[in-house]
Amino acid sequence: MKKYDAVIIGAGHNGLTNAAYLAKAGLNVVVVEKNDYIGGAAVTREMHEGWFYSSCSYVCSMMRQSIHRDLDLTRHGLLLVPYMGTVAFSDDGSKAFIDYPNEEAAYNELRRHSVKDADAMARLQADLGRYAQLIRKTLLRTPPDPSSFKPRDIKELLWLGKQFWGLGERELYEYIRFFTMSAADFLDDYFENDLIKAAMAAPGIIGTALGVQSPGSAYILLHHVMGDVDGNVGAWGLARGGMGAISNALASALKAHDGEIRTGSGVEQILVKDGTAVGVALESGEEIYADIVVSNLDAKRTFTKIIDKKDLPPKIYDRASNFKIRGSSGKVNIALSGMPKFTNIPDNRYINRGGQNYTGSLETMERAYDCWKRGRWSDDPFIEAIIPSAWDPTVAPPGKHWMSTFIQYCPPKLADGPWTPEKRDAFGQTVINKIERYAPGFKDLVVHAEVRTPHEIENEIGLTEGNIFQGELTIDQLLFNRPFPGYGQYRMPLQNMYMCGSSTHPGGGVSSACGANAAREILMDLKRPNTVPEDDFYDE
Amino acid sequence: MKHYDTLVIGAGHNGLVCASYLAKAGQSVLVLEANETVGGLAATREFHPGFSAPIAHTLVGLADTIVKDLDLESHGFKAAAQALPLTAVHPSDAPIQIDGSSVTGVGADDSATYQALQAQLRRFADALAPFWESTMPRIGSTSVADLFTFGKLGLKLRMLGRDDMLEFMRVATLPMRDLADESFDNERLKAALCWDGLLGSKLAPRSPNQAVLTVLNRMAGKHGGQHSIPPNGINGLMNALRTAAEANGAEVRTSTPVQKITVEGDENGQRISGVQLANGEEIKADKVVSSADPKTTLLGLLGAPQLEIDFSNRIRRLRTDGYVAKLHLALSGKPAFQGVANPEGRLLIAPTMDTIEFAYDNAKYGEVPEEAVMEVVIPTLSQNDLAPTGSHVLSAHVMYVPGKIKGGWTDAAKQSLTDQLIAQLEAHAPGIGELVEASELLTPEDLERDYHVSGGHWHHAEPAMDQLLMMRPTYEAAQYNTPIPGLYLCGAGSHPGGDINGNPGRNAAKEMLS
Amino acid sequence: MNIVAPADPELSSDDRFAGERLKLSPFHPRQAELNIRDAWSAWNGYKFADYYYEATYEYFCIRNTCGTYDICPMQKFLVEGEDALAMLDRMVTRDLTKLRVNRITYCCWCDDTGRMIDDGTIFRLDDNRYMLTCGSPCLAWLAKSALGFDKVTITEHTEQLAGLSLQGPTSFSTLKNMGVGDAVAELKPFGFTRVPFVGTELMISRTGFTGDLGYELWIDAEYALPLWDALYEAGEDYGIQPYGEAATNMARLEAGFIMPYMEFNEAPKTINFEHDQTPLELNLGWLVDFKKPHFNGRRALLEQKQKGTKQLLVKLDIEGNKPAEEAILYDSKGCRNQIGYVTSAMWSPSVKANIALAMIDTKALTGEIWAEIYHYKELRPYRKVAKCKVQDKPFWMPPRARQTPPGEF
Repeated sequence: MKKYDAVIIGAGHNGLTNAAYLAKAGLNVVVVEKNDYIGGAAVTREMHEGWFYSSCSYVCSMMRQSIHRDLDLTRHGLLLVPYMGTVAFSDDGSKAFIDYPNEEAAYNELRRHSVKDADAMARLQADLGRYAQLIRKTLLRTPPDPSSFKPRDIKELLWLGKQFWGLGERELYEYIRFFTMSAADFLDDYFENDLIKAAMAAPGIIGTALGVQSPGSAYILLHHVMGDVDGNVGAWGLARGGMGAISNALASALKAHDGEIRTGSGVEQILVKDGTAVGVALESGEEIYADIVVSNLDAKRTFTKIIDKKDLPPKIYDRASNFKIRGSSGKVNIALSGMPKFTNIPDNRYINRGGQNYTGSLETMERAYDCWKRGRWSDDPFIEAIIPSAWDPTVAPPGKHWMSTFIQYCPPKLADGPWTPEKRDAFGQTVINKIERYAPGFKDLVVHAEVRTPHEIENEIGLTEGNIFQGELTIDQLLFNRPFPGYGQYRMPLQNMYMCGSSTHPGGGVSSACGANAAREILMDLKRPNTVPEDDFYDE
Repeated sequence: MKHYDTLVIGAGHNGLVCASYLAKAGQSVLVLEANETVGGLAATREFHPGFSAPIAHTLVGLADTIVKDLDLESHGFKAAAQALPLTAVHPSDAPIQIDGSSVTGVGADDSATYQALQAQLRRFADALAPFWESTMPRIGSTSVADLFTFGKLGLKLRMLGRDDMLEFMRVATLPMRDLADESFDNERLKAALCWDGLLGSKLAPRSPNQAVLTVLNRMAGKHGGQHSIPPNGINGLMNALRTAAEANGAEVRTSTPVQKITVEGDENGQRISGVQLANGEEIKADKVVSSADPKTTLLGLLGAPQLEIDFSNRIRRLRTDGYVAKLHLALSGKPAFQGVANPEGRLLIAPTMDTIEFAYDNAKYGEVPEEAVMEVVIPTLSQNDLAPTGSHVLSAHVMYVPGKIKGGWTDAAKQSLTDQLIAQLEAHAPGIGELVEASELLTPEDLERDYHVSGGHWHHAEPAMDQLLMMRPTYEAAQYNTPIPGLYLCGAGSHPGGDINGNPGRNAAKEMLS
Repeated sequence: MNIVAPADPELSSDDRFAGERLKLSPFHPRQAELNIRDAWSAWNGYKFADYYYEATYEYFCIRNTCGTYDICPMQKFLVEGEDALAMLDRMVTRDLTKLRVNRITYCCWCDDTGRMIDDGTIFRLDDNRYMLTCGSPCLAWLAKSALGFDKVTITEHTEQLAGLSLQGPTSFSTLKNMGVGDAVAELKPFGFTRVPFVGTELMISRTGFTGDLGYELWIDAEYALPLWDALYEAGEDYGIQPYGEAATNMARLEAGFIMPYMEFNEAPKTINFEHDQTPLELNLGWLVDFKKPHFNGRRALLEQKQKGTKQLLVKLDIEGNKPAEEAILYDSKGCRNQIGYVTSAMWSPSVKANIALAMIDTKALTGEIWAEIYHYKELRPYRKVAKCKVQDKPFWMPPRARQTPPGEF
């Protein structure tokens, strides 16, 4: 029987990245994937004839450019096209705010909403740029263990300390404040206009079980805007061909280094012998042995579903059970027979080239969160949408369109009993009805809709509760606390076992950083030369 | 006219503590209090002829050092012999009771976990304790003393051992709900844990970055975070603080509202010159220290124009909205709470964490909670001078009640909430409605007006992480001094913050004397 | 405090690009005709001429005859009320209590840490009435600055007030020919006056950004075109021409004036704090009046003054004729030790000098200064290391700029 150097569980983008780097270092690797397709949440599939949906993740902002180049992903078929702008509609639909990419157009548009906010926006952009700068430096580094006395940890801790200390007193305080405050409070310092605040707050709630008024949501906001496309902080991009193009390019890079991928191979259990991971048992009964086992599943799933509790050191099972991985988002993918026409915007142009945000006030966002707390979805949910087919000719038939809508909040468990297909469809209908308010006639354009609640996302992709980050991005689960204190360096409590998914530092988002960082640690343990890039290229 | 070394604005407990330390060091000190009595938000208030209640109805966290340094016991303060239990009552179920680190009325697992959790939190609190009693260093500073303080904190945390240290770094920012859910099964126990972390703040069980730190602050010291009522009441403590201040040579003038803090300026810059009273009188001094909240002090009494622009706007943006209302009931007899033999200590009406969370949800939109949560104390059980013999006073902290509600706090709105609260009490203490002779509801708006506290906020500024420690009230003024030479802060808006612990007053005095 | 700044009107056009088009200045109809190269750039959301025919030609109009420069996109704010003086005086570093009615002062304002936010001019229109003009939007900062001043109203006035700069030796003759010579003749630099004009009021200030004789004309936006026509008719024989940003930039550099995003970043809009400048570093110490007991940034600036600034903006005279744009400066010809960088540079056609503004380490000012210059000949890059001399006075400072009454040149 063939024995591998490493088996990676889960062919999501981080698993593929991890495998690609291990393969590049000369390891004999296999990625096992339960689904018949690869990509995990970064996937594009033909869900209706001629329509290719990126079923889950729909936008790319964090992909590390050094990895993109290092793995030669462009040659493997990846092209990232930046967003042009986002349209935010007021709650009553009477106004729209367009976030133009051109500086002068953006300024004039802001002035049409508030002259004061037009001035304040420049300060916000500078401040966010500053906050992003520091955190971005940590993305492709392994967090130090603050309790360790190992030279490497002390060195890394000092590096981190130096980065912070080097900011200077005032900036340092601003950082700490920013990292602990709420998105609403943060934005109140800049803006007076509700619609502008709502437009800017949107990234603060995406994917998280926090509200705009919850302390800590300002960091979530940053997490979504610290990405960059070609050095433009906050810029988002679409992958040509859908998010699956990223996974496909990574898979292609992996295969180029002789790595193997086996789909339709769900893992039943990680095989453990005397506290050491030795391989995996597939659902089919087949056993695959490897010197190294890497889990790209989330921390909760890894430790409570595919490892026998008795194989684990004490407390780890409880830690994993308590890991905060809350389902809070829904997704509705809609096939349209034509481009919807939105009222009250001077041109439909930006509908075609960027995102749309259908929530015009912080209160509406917060009230949607209140519904989530009560185990239901809001009648007036937060929806972030995009029509990728308007700029990507490969995802829908000519003249037809695919609209991706992301909904915050959607509870993993309903107060009135379990999710049923009827409730799922009612949720989808809520979304379609809301968009109809802004684009009369929208309903008539709907050809097909795929509705995904946390329930569907968990069942299909395997993300516990459908949490898109593989775990909440709150301070108690960030940096060296991610996924658990003491296990922030990708090595897990079993010998020869690692994690490489978004449950590890630096967390969610299609960044490939978790997978790459984990590969670096593995290669270090194997005393092999490092193949993983340390830092992003462009000079800060 | 007399020129003082220092004027102290406000005779709340922090003002009095600060004055005592300064006077003890030989300074000439004058304390100016707007109200007729000392105590500020800890003052005792006659709300109905013959019936009085202290606004803050229990003591938690009073610093042992202060009691000793100021010899408060010789000035009439007596520490309570024992702490008050917290009883989480229920209309039909048996109550659960928390007394120190033991809890009864819950399952054996919860009971054991509670002890372990308390012990762990206690270890954290002990490691942090020195930091509440000292001035926070400036981060980013290269001063040896400041770096040493940080080094000491790092060392203290390491001394906790690897597991504790890592756990501390995880739970310090954890929402109380998560900590409770991880630890316990009993809903009322979870809610009680949340309550003690959230009391006085505008945050809820699901809010990160606040409650655990507040609990750790409250736990520092011998009392370990337990509430108590001194034998001669909160007013006994306030009187002792006043006597101590006066014995040390400080003057205390009540009914003397300050109109403004006066500043002199010339080519050498600005400097404090003293204060002007509401009656027009001017009093000169080298230094002014204010125990009023930062907004009142800096924007009200001093005025933004005297300050720098970003700094004054930062003060303006301090979150100071109070969300605790105070209910006072004059009762003709002792109320009987369901399942409670003797209603001593704190009685908590907060059945689940969701009840707390949902009350907060109402309040954040300027609405009165559909179902309020509250902590009830019957102070007349331990102190007989607050009501006529045989009668009783019920004092309750009610959350979350916004200072501004849609439609405003009309008499009708207040009456409606009072009725709602009495009905809620009736469910837990059948017959209490019959006993009510008079009632008073103080909304945060009332507290703001009567006690000159911005937003009526107990803690003068929200004790959330971005307004704590070296950022309290803002980083420019976190070491008790302000950008204006000679002007200092010593109230709850400064590190370590609210509750009757006296540390802001003591730390400020130490800074002023150094 | 009262802020009056209604949002700009919504777009009602069917033009699908309406949202992205630039706003048009009230002078646009005339300027568009004259901009035969269609050389437009943008300023504060307005369509704005980079040049009309050719930058050097327009520059020589400023130095030889006269030219007009559209300052409508400049931000204008009215600050009124009993607290107006106190509010502005706390905000800016200069002592405004000395500013008399009908006078103007050039000033700058800083954040709490002394880093410069912007510079601009303040007009004292009346006892309690001021106008502030500056290059970039500033309303958020003004609103913050007004906290605690109850009796002040700040009105954003940019769209309502059209401004046209008339600069050059024949500018006075042109105005005289337009019939306002008497009112303008006695106007000293930084003074202004008001004259009746086509049924409204025309405000004329003796200000500008060229270091030469010149005026700025202010009028309600709706009268912008009549003003333009009258001025161009009057200036016909005095060589009046429009000039754009390129020519302005040449003239202001010769005069030694600083430009945002060339010499300084606006503090609140800067990502890296160390990339900001204080007025002391920008050699604007004369604008900072420490005799004032309080103004924003005073403490930080005083500390910097006492310690001495690490860097200083200076004027450089550079050998040779290759403009030193973006050059890095060294303390020796070997280019080993960097001591500063050039912020703006050009060959001055009038002075025949290779001039620059540069930020240099203060302690290196006593030693040699060398600029590493890259220049091109027929696509081929060349490197040159040129010796630099610090120059105290502006390169262009003709007596006619200050002469009152002005001569007719």
